[in-house]
Amino acid sequence: MKPIESFELPSPSKVNYLNAVYGLKSWLLTKDHKRIALLYLGSITFFFFIGGIYALMIRLELLTPSGDFLESTTYNKVFTQHGIIMIFFFLIPSIPATLGNFLIPMMIGAKDLAFPRINLLSWYVYLAGGIITIYALLAGGVDTGWTFYTPFSTTFSNSYVVATGLGIFINGFSSILTGLNFIVTIHTMRAPGMTWFRMPLFCWSHYATSLIMILGTPVIAITVLLLAFERVSGVGIFNPKLGGDPVLFQHMFWFYSHPAVYIMVLPGMGVISELIANFSRKNIFGYSFVAFSSIAIAVFGFLVWGHHMFVTPQSVYAGMIFSFLSFAVAIPSAIKVFNWTATLYKSSISYDTPMLYALGFIGLFTIGGMTGLFLASLATDVHLSDTYFVVAHFHYIMVGGALMAYLGGLHYWWPKMTGRMYPEGWGRFGALVVFVGFNLTFLPQFIAGYIGMPRRYHAYPPEFQVYNVLSTAGASILGFGMLIPAVYFVWSMRYGKHAEANPWHLPGLEWRTQSPPPTENFEQTPIVTWDAYEFAPPEETEVVGKFHGEVERAS
Amino acid sequence: MQSWIPIVPESASSFSWKVDALYFYLSGVTLFFTLLISGTLIFFVIRYRRRTPYEIPRPVAGSHKLETVWTVIPFVIAMTMFVWGASVFFDQYKPPQNAIEVYVVGKQWMWKLQHATGQREINELHVPVGRKVRLIMTSEDVIHDFFVPAFRTKADVVPGRYTTMWFEATKPGTYHLFCAEYCGMNHSGMIGSVIVMEPRDFDNWLSGNVGSMTPATAGQQLYQTLGCASCHGGSGEGGRGPALTGTFGTQISLASGGTVTADEGYLRESIINPQAKLVAGFGPIMPTFQGQVSEDQLMQLVAYIKSLHGAGTTTPAPTPSAAASPSPARAVASPAPAPSIR
Repeated sequence: MKPIESFELPSPSKVNYLNAVYGLKSWLLTKDHKRIALLYLGSITFFFFIGGIYALMIRLELLTPSGDFLESTTYNKVFTQHGIIMIFFFLIPSIPATLGNFLIPMMIGAKDLAFPRINLLSWYVYLAGGIITIYALLAGGVDTGWTFYTPFSTTFSNSYVVATGLGIFINGFSSILTGLNFIVTIHTMRAPGMTWFRMPLFCWSHYATSLIMILGTPVIAITVLLLAFERVSGVGIFNPKLGGDPVLFQHMFWFYSHPAVYIMVLPGMGVISELIANFSRKNIFGYSFVAFSSIAIAVFGFLVWGHHMFVTPQSVYAGMIFSFLSFAVAIPSAIKVFNWTATLYKSSISYDTPMLYALGFIGLFTIGGMTGLFLASLATDVHLSDTYFVVAHFHYIMVGGALMAYLGGLHYWWPKMTGRMYPEGWGRFGALVVFVGFNLTFLPQFIAGYIGMPRRYHAYPPEFQVYNVLSTAGASILGFGMLIPAVYFVWSMRYGKHAEANPWHLPGLEWRTQSPPPTENFEQTPIVTWDAYEFAPPEETEVVGKFHGEVERAS
Repeated sequence: MQSWIPIVPESASSFSWKVDALYFYLSGVTLFFTLLISGTLIFFVIRYRRRTPYEIPRPVAGSHKLETVWTVIPFVIAMTMFVWGASVFFDQYKPPQNAIEVYVVGKQWMWKLQHATGQREINELHVPVGRKVRLIMTSEDVIHDFFVPAFRTKADVVPGRYTTMWFEATKPGTYHLFCAEYCGMNHSGMIGSVIVMEPRDFDNWLSGNVGSMTPATAGQQLYQTLGCASCHGGSGEGGRGPALTGTFGTQISLASGGTVTADEGYLRESIINPQAKLVAGFGPIMPTFQGQVSEDQLMQLVAYIKSLHGAGTTTPAPTPSAAASPSPARAVASPAPAPSIR
């Protein structure tokens, strides 16, 4: 056994980051990454519920073939706003800004992020973008689709395009600031002994995500700016009647928005690596392959945007190159799935709620990734693009992937963040309901898409109805499933069992301090002498009893 | 429609079965890996469940051999998908010979179609079985997308340029035509049908729907009224402007160096934005016709220019198939320098 004196847990202290100071001002002016994470948690949850209500309105409308529940103009706004809110104001900030913000400094043994004030600024920037977007929604909404395709968005739409674009433009800067903070933090703030290859994979995936945030987000900012410029001033950039090129917009838009998919799912992959390793008490199989596959995804992700444009007048040869690269980018994701699965071999698997979400993630992400190959393949994409197959595919990645990972991670770190346990039985029940509801919602859409149902249709021919009824039934189960954790999380903040410092009995640094942690995270700077997920010392073949490094606490 | 619940759309074009075959291959591979992964997960989760609260499994070192296996095998499988998908796609994009041509204009929220023989249709397209049909498409406003699920093909219809697609229907029937690119308020109402008929029925339909001039004839009239003849010659033989007769489908040498194929898109661009790709030996003297001709009229002008092949031919080609096949290449760029009018 290696000595780890520096990790003697403090005797449970009553003072922690939540109660160290009181008052509204102490929250609104906080520079503590943990409090900022909670500010983000509150705001993205607010946006998630708005987006969720839009989702249910979509599914209600599509229950019957005729457009009878909403006007077509309303329906167009509803699906547009569902996309904008969920992507820009929920999925992109979800894991990085809450879990990443809270955990990256703790996982690497730092007191805070490198730039605490910039971290707070990023939340205010996010809020400013959010408020402007909410204003646009209340003033009359936007009906361009979240993709803002020109020249519809610049010339033909009569909705609040510029206001929404401004909201997205501003919101982008919060991503950039968060990414910058993570990169500098991971480079400069690692505790003594915390080498790059001892970092939890959560940090690696956030590092890769941050690269995309910094390199990609400026492009969407420029694109939105040009769009607003053409719409306001009439200068021809995208509108062919003014001498512009509408397809240029799609290139610029997808140059960011395809990598943005990886901004949404890479942090989720990081969460899953943590959950799989920690709830099976096993070191991740092929750690360096999992770590570098994140970087590979971040790099290759920038080279595949053209696969969104196989049916545009893009050249046939460009299409072939983008198709090839899109198949190539699938490989690092496959490597992750195989390594997660292999990690479970001869492990010790618990059935706690976070693990149920993680197992669900692997299954759903596999389906989401494999169906992506249908869209990377040129001939099938020509038939499938702009159909419900695409809708189903990206919901498998973004809901089945990113959202499952987010929920799993939230359960896993909830005791650390709040100092309270959620009710385990309800947690498992909720995970099951979400899993069933999700599949019932989106599996039928693959078939509806292949038989030709176009997306963004307010009314549809009757032969598609059976799949839409299944999908709407699934959505109501999914919606109900989402309410279960929402209720018990809120309940647990007041009535939940007090959490121990290390309720799951894990070796990670974030578990070697009290729950909730003190403002400075650790009483003294930790010195790291072990690898990530080192439950047993490497030289030990089998350990029965307490894991390596677990600290005895006075009972 | 079928009484049973469909899981594949109707198959009615020469490449729908090719797309279906690839789709079933992809579905098979997806099913295999999904079952492999979830089956393994379920087996491990049961087999290696935690039995005592403090048990610690022995750590496992990674394996380069295994990593190589599950990198290379998926890559090879992915490449089979890539090659297969690309080759079917390439076939779909090879322009067909001797196709019936139909001009398509999309606008919010309807499809306007005109056959080369003059028949106009709205939201309906009649085509014969067993003949290749080539669509030359543009939009008057926003981007639309011409999607016929039964044919397994679609293409964006983009304002400011021509896009083309083709298909060969194999089964008579009535099939959905959808706009697949979101185009505003009544996007889901921008639907119609493609009616595939036996060749004899199609001929009957054609003869029962005479009335409109052919696009080429209409284009010939426009050619005169817009004054094109004053520079390009009364029958396209050229003058101050380059000759038009026999140019379609040939390589044009440009004043800026390089060449361009004189396809529909180039002809359209040269009417709207004449200075964009100036023919070698001519000055930038042609005015733009942007805003003076509608997309319909542009297509008629293009159809007329396409119909000009061979010296002395002034009458538009009588049959659509003749109009479609480009004549043998002829020298295009007239060496005569254009007099400067500046």
